[in-house]
This record gives sequence, structure tokens and C-alpha cells, in this order.
Amino acid sequence: MSRTLDARGLSCPQPVLLTMDEIKSSGESKLIIIVDNEASRENVSRALKNQGWVVTGIEENGPDYKIMATRG
Amino acid sequence: MKNVFATRWGIIGVGAIIGVLAASLQYFGNPANMGVCVACFVRDITGAVGLHRAGVVQYMRPEIIGFVLGALAAALIFKEFKPRGGSAPIARFVLGVFAMIGALVFLGCPWRAMLRLAGGDGNAILGIAGLVGGVWIGTLFLKGGYSLGRAKAFPTAAGWIMPLIVSGFLLLMLLNPPTSGEGQSGVLFYSASGPGAMFAPLVVSLAIGLFIGFLAQRSRFCTMGAIRDLVLFRHIHLLSGAIALIVFAFIANLVLGQFNPGFENQPVAHTSHTWNALGMVLAGLAFALAGGCPGRQLFLSGEGDGDAAIFVLGMIVGAAFSHNFGLASSPAGVGPHGISAVIIGLAVCIGIGFFMKEKKLIHS
Repeated sequence: MSRTLDARGLSCPQPVLLTMDEIKSSGESKLIIIVDNEASRENVSRALKNQGWVVTGIEENGPDYKIMATRG
Repeated sequence: MKNVFATRWGIIGVGAIIGVLAASLQYFGNPANMGVCVACFVRDITGAVGLHRAGVVQYMRPEIIGFVLGALAAALIFKEFKPRGGSAPIARFVLGVFAMIGALVFLGCPWRAMLRLAGGDGNAILGIAGLVGGVWIGTLFLKGGYSLGRAKAFPTAAGWIMPLIVSGFLLLMLLNPPTSGEGQSGVLFYSASGPGAMFAPLVVSLAIGLFIGFLAQRSRFCTMGAIRDLVLFRHIHLLSGAIALIVFAFIANLVLGQFNPGFENQPVAHTSHTWNALGMVLAGLAFALAGGCPGRQLFLSGEGDGDAAIFVLGMIVGAAFSHNFGLASSPAGVGPHGISAVIIGLAVCIGIGFFMKEKKLIHS
């Protein structure tokens, strides 16, 4: 069961902040982050990669992007 | 679809292009070390429509119009035009007001602080140090759970309001063009002398503004984010763009003979170190709490972000307050009420930082 963060509607840098907090505080090895704009999708993906995580897929669902990542 | 502008080399390229174009705008007629200054130019627009009557800083700057419309074009082409808003607009308005007041105590937004540095103005070092300090305070609030809450999707037409407002400004300018040496043309105010009387030809300003707006929307270029992401996450992505801007503006200034190192007698600048720094502490904190530098707020407003548009309107009101109430500095020094305004602004922004929180952001 992977944890899901809902970062929709949040402005910069909160989607990245949420993601980083989650990475640091939880032992989960799978994470799903939902964002609703292209800039957040890029920023969250970049932050995950910087932390050694692997973005395994991005699903587009209407205005939302579902970013799936696993600990590298 | 891969966005090349969002890569490391993409953001560096965009910063470099902005640096060269800004220095070129100075060559074409914009004031020294002010090829592009979002705060100064919004202030000039405020004067052009008569919301303040400081005679030397009144001009309908086409660069600002271009920023919004260039970002709009990029957002439409790449399907990123998403009208949205409703994330504490009144707080964003107040942040815009005080961001402008702080920037006008220093005499420049982060864009101009970097261009001033690239032109040899040593006072910019104090401004940039203050900016870093203000953004750092902002990151403490962000770590403490500060949030202005979520935005939600708006009807499409809402996203067109800001682009239409600036289009109206452009139309006004075309109908009331500047006449040499006159302080007024039809309904618009112009400057007969001073920085407001120094401008590149309209076509050049507008074309460069549109181009920068387009590139900045694609790359998410942000001068405040550059510092914030470094402090908060140790990420240097946006910072590499900002540094490219400084380096390339510096090189272009050398080539164009626009580099004059020193602290004294710098163009549109004063030498009060304390207030250069503290003005930018205020501006930096306000930008950090609002999530973007003034340029970024313009670009976001072009892609339909109503909250960013409210921030921009706050900047216009802040510019009017600054010049109507003696808050803005001048080359002679800090304005008569600039210091009290900075202190009040810091108190208000720190209050916003403390009290604006949203709980339960995480759902599992």
C-alpha cells in the first residue's frame, strides 16, 4: 500500500515541501503525489530524483497528474 | 512531452538570454541598470495611469505588458492555461503592497538587484543580502506549516482578465503615444525627465517583453525561488538561471560599455546600506510568502493564476502608496516615511507568516 499525497491547488514550493517531508519522515518505499499543474509535476519529479527516488510513472487524469515513485 | 526549458541547461539558457536582453534594453534607451525591473516598471505604469503623480517615474512600460501576454501565449500553446485562484487573495494583495514598498526603498526588485550588480553597483550587494535574509525568514514559516491554502479551478473567462487588462494598457498607449518632453499625452501621464523619460522604442520593449514572458513561462524562471530552493532544499536549479542572468548581463554590460563599478553616484540608487538591505528583507519575505518573485507573479497571471494577478494589483497599490506618502527612496536617500513603512511591512508580513496555516494537507 503506497501513501498518497494530495498537492492539488497548492502553490510553489508546497508540493515539493510535502513530498520532501514525507520522504524524510516516513519509511514508505512507494509514494503517489497528485498535482494539478505542469510546473508542480516538474518540480516534484525533480525533487524525487534529487533524493534518489525513481519516478516509475505519471498518469494524466483530466487536469491532474498522478506521480508514482519508489525509493531508489 | 519533454519541456527543454525546464532542464538545467534550459533554465541557464533562459537566464543568459534575459541577462543579455536586459542589458540591451538599457542600450536601446531604458534607464541604467534597469533594463528590466518588474517593481520599477509596475511603479511607472502606476504613474502612467495617474495613481501616483511622481513626475519622473510615469511611463506605460511595454515590457510588463509583454511579460503577461508572452506567458499567456506560451501557456495557450503548451496547454498550461489554467484559470485558478481563491488561495487567500486578500493576503496576497497585502503581500503585493508591501513587496512593492520594500522594493522601492531599495529601488529595485530582485531582477534589478541582479542587473545593478551586473552593472557594477556595489549597493546591490546589500540589497541581495537583504533579499536572501527575507527569503530565509520566509522559509522558516514554510517549514512551520505556513500556507495560503489551496487554489481551485476558475471559469475560463476569469483567467483572461489580467491579459485583457494589460492589453487595455497597450491600447491606451497606442491611442496616447508619448510626445517628446511632454508630461501628458491624452489620458496617460509621461515623464518629461528622469527615469520615466528613458525608454527603449515601444516595438523593441514589447517584443523583448513578449519573448521573456514566453521563455519564463516555459522555464518557471523565478529570482526568489532561486534563493528559496537553495535554502529550503539545497536545490540549485532555479539559482543556476539567476546566476546565468547576472553573468551574462555583466558580460553584455562590458561589451556595451555599461559597466561602472562603485557605490557612489550609481544610477537610480542610494547608499544607505541599512535600508537597502532592510527594504529587500521586506520584499524578499513578501515574495517568499506569496510563492514567487514579481516577474513570476506576472508570468503566472498570464497563465490564468488569479492569485498572482491579485498580487500584481497589490504591487500597483503599493507603488501608489510609496510615491503618494513619501515611502519610496530616491538617489538622495530614503524617503521621509520609508523607514516606518518597512517596519510596519515587516510586522504585517511576519504576522501573515505566523497566522496563515492550513492543517491536514496530507491525505493517505
